[in-house]
Amino acid sequence: MSNYRIHGATGEWEVVIGLEVHAQVTSNSKLFSGAATAFGAEPNTQVSLVDAAMPGMLPVPNRECIRQAVRTGLAINAQINKWSRFDRKNYFYADLPQGYQISQLYHPLVGEGSLEVVLDPKDPEGSTKTIGIERIHVEQDAGKLMHDQHPTMSYVDLNRSGVALMEIVSRPDMRSPAEAGAYLAKLRTILRYVGSCDGNMDQGSMRADVNVSVRRPGEPFGTRTETKNVNSVRFVMAVVESEARRQVDLIEDGGAVVQETRLYDPDKNETRSMRSKEDAHDYRYFPDPDLLPLELDDAFVEKCRASLPELPDAKRHRYEGALGLSPYNAGVLTAEVETARWFEALLTATAAKAGKGEAEVAKQASNWLISELFGALNKLGKGLDDSPVSPEDGAELLALVADGTISGSIAKQVLEKMLESGDGAAAIVEREGLKQTTDTGAIEAAVDQVLAANADKVAEYKAGKEALFGFFVGQAMKAMQGKGNPQLVNQVLKSRLG
Amino acid sequence: MADLTDLGVAAIRDGVAKGLFTAVEVAEAFNANVAAAQAALNAFIVTTPDAAIEAAKATDARRAAGQPLGKMGGVPIGMKDLFATRGVQTTAASHILEGFEPEYESTVSQKLWDAGAGMLGKLNMDQFAMGSSNETSYFGNVISPWRRNDGGNAPLAPGGSSGGSSAAVSARLCPAATGTDTGGSIRQPAAFTGISGIKPTYGRCSRWGIVAFASSLDQAGPMARDVRDCAIMLEAMAGFDPKDATSLNLPVPEWEAGLNADLRGKKVGVPREYRMDGTDADVLASWDQGIEWLKDAGAEVIDISLPHTKYALPAYYIVAPAEASSNLARYDGVRYGLRDLPDGANLQEMYAATRAAGFGAEVKRRILIGTYVLSAGFYDAYYTQAQKVRTLISHDFRNAFAEVDVILAPTAPTAAFGLGDMVSDPLAMYLNDVFAVPASLAGLPAMSVPAGLNREGLPLGLQIVGKPFDEQGVLNAGLAIESRAGFAARPERWW
Repeated sequence: MSNYRIHGATGEWEVVIGLEVHAQVTSNSKLFSGAATAFGAEPNTQVSLVDAAMPGMLPVPNRECIRQAVRTGLAINAQINKWSRFDRKNYFYADLPQGYQISQLYHPLVGEGSLEVVLDPKDPEGSTKTIGIERIHVEQDAGKLMHDQHPTMSYVDLNRSGVALMEIVSRPDMRSPAEAGAYLAKLRTILRYVGSCDGNMDQGSMRADVNVSVRRPGEPFGTRTETKNVNSVRFVMAVVESEARRQVDLIEDGGAVVQETRLYDPDKNETRSMRSKEDAHDYRYFPDPDLLPLELDDAFVEKCRASLPELPDAKRHRYEGALGLSPYNAGVLTAEVETARWFEALLTATAAKAGKGEAEVAKQASNWLISELFGALNKLGKGLDDSPVSPEDGAELLALVADGTISGSIAKQVLEKMLESGDGAAAIVEREGLKQTTDTGAIEAAVDQVLAANADKVAEYKAGKEALFGFFVGQAMKAMQGKGNPQLVNQVLKSRLG
Repeated sequence: MADLTDLGVAAIRDGVAKGLFTAVEVAEAFNANVAAAQAALNAFIVTTPDAAIEAAKATDARRAAGQPLGKMGGVPIGMKDLFATRGVQTTAASHILEGFEPEYESTVSQKLWDAGAGMLGKLNMDQFAMGSSNETSYFGNVISPWRRNDGGNAPLAPGGSSGGSSAAVSARLCPAATGTDTGGSIRQPAAFTGISGIKPTYGRCSRWGIVAFASSLDQAGPMARDVRDCAIMLEAMAGFDPKDATSLNLPVPEWEAGLNADLRGKKVGVPREYRMDGTDADVLASWDQGIEWLKDAGAEVIDISLPHTKYALPAYYIVAPAEASSNLARYDGVRYGLRDLPDGANLQEMYAATRAAGFGAEVKRRILIGTYVLSAGFYDAYYTQAQKVRTLISHDFRNAFAEVDVILAPTAPTAAFGLGDMVSDPLAMYLNDVFAVPASLAGLPAMSVPAGLNREGLPLGLQIVGKPFDEQGVLNAGLAIESRAGFAARPERWW
């Protein structure tokens, strides 16, 4: 449990947070029309007659969007409502062509569920918390107003109009910015594993409405505000922090929190009022008469369930258990579905090359991926998705280390050259003559040379300064341009100094 | 040759197929009638004589090439202005859609063109199908071709909302026309003008491309001279449409081939709750006459109860406006249709100005009612309650249909009234739908057939309501009445 407290002038305050996350469903077409959904298309090029609300046009539910929402519900262990219904939420706005949004107020597709968050991502075995999820319903997105195209007019882009969203509503179960951030990050991870949302928050595929209230610890909930359309994990945490602080200051100054909708300004790191409850719309929700209730059969739900991939928690446990990875490595490798996918491809290829079981090479592969490849890619400003080195390439490199062809330190050089040239590890080792030397004669010659050149240090070593052994190894390796087999170098040194 | 405009759908289809006359001759004859009547009756908002000729030429060419002509081959029809027609102004008789030419064709109209029909024009109607007298059209009243036999020549209502359709068919401006029925808008105008019209089971005809009034009630259907013509045209209009989520995924029966006026073994229910105060004596007499005709056709007539009938009209006038208030929100001046942008107006002010100028008084009234009944604090008392009533009314019918095959009732409580007689009293106007609305709320097939004339020489209709999907039973009972009523009256041509 979180002990996060806001220290006010009059004492300590607790923050209570609930998130409503809007996640765009991954689908080639919109929720109720056949129009395409690609991001970044020219304005008003992805608009059907239905999306533009032409007279007489009718919505028809897109089965794929429903399927993805059901899969998402199953991934958070939620109840799937086999009978659900679409409602109209009525309000006028220029980006809402129908004059109503088709949503699900009374009977959502997905009911009660939950997910478990780890509060410190570096410590996956550390403190965890279960966050309740009240519901997931599907609804249409609105279009977009463009205010910068004309001096006195606003333009409307309907490309997003009718795009399918899942609204994932949490319980007010979070108590700190870190918990809110961890929840959103975990939810994003699950959505991306499931494939129901690409989670691209900077493109608006996922955004959160952040409900914040404060109270004295142990007291009933305070009045909450809702900060709309926050589009990163970092901003969600910042909103919680600044909004909670604002509310505490307000109350301690003798004021009262007003239930209202607010907007976050990342430049100033503050929220500001958008509209208060008094000018809240009366949305006049009622069942959409153009649509029949949505009825799902068991076979459909089971098919959705069977289509789910291994989810992040299960995967992490498997990595720790069956593969014997450290909790840290398991946590890092499962945080993004692409990372896990890359790792598993690397693992399969590495095990195949070594003729061993995956568990036997897992540690080597995971360490290399996390400490070598991530670092090298990071320097190049790249990620796994645009890595010039494929899992197959990585496995080839690891095989060269495993069979003693090259040493670990040479492997670092080879990786750098692989990233530069795109060539394979074996070809680079061959071309650059980096193959490890197991020729005892050459090693002995190099060791003897080093010992002769450092007679003073040999004396110190013999006098008891055993830490110098590493120095001799380093010098010998250096003399051999790193190509000496480390075990043999050790052996020779020990016998010479022994 | 006899006047081609005296022919109905079946006679034209068969005559063109046999080569008794060409489709172009038929289209020309009706085009001439349309043009001659337009000033007096105002039945059309737009006439499309060229479209009628083009379609007729295509039919004649198909015949010359020995190709099949389709269910409606060579038949020109009128299209209610609620149906979107590609490139032809579609307004729902409103100012807000004046000049709107869709880039798409409604499913139902496309099916009719595919079946060989041609379009004579877009028919006038009550604005957004809201009205029972065709007095709410932005494009002026439709004048019924009928007159009372008192020599007074008072202009009469053709009924509504499909008033252009009813006037045009009864005045021989077209052999048949499309209508839509939300709470009686096919049946009541058919009754007022001495023609037949059927509203099929909800979901039989696609709503795609029909300007929405109340989505859970709107159904398209044919209006024609007789039962056979309705059966033919309904076959052409009906069918599953994946673009309408409420469309019935059922094959379309061959209703024309199934016509059979022999009702032996059939049971006809007569609901006692429909004997209401205020029902015209002539209407009651024609109902009694109808009962005798159906007995004569071999049916057993049974007294039944539909106990929640009295709640149907109030429930309808909650549900339909509620849906309409939302359906009409899209007419906002942003994307198409009228935009009224006063100097310096912001978005809200543009909405207000556009909608104030673009909607007529009755449409505004229903938007206000609908907005009210869906508002926070009133929703349960009105909308939820009305939906419960709707369920009870469906149960009433289900119970009744456990005993009987069809139900017989008057179509409307009176014959046609005079234009202007009711405009100041909307509730009296709404009462005209009292017999029509229950079948709409239950989504049942229902038709009106002419039963005779009242003491003023005006047509009266009888209504047959059937089980879900049993249009055949409805048509057959209609045919039994039609063959006994021998209704041959037609308005004397004064225009």
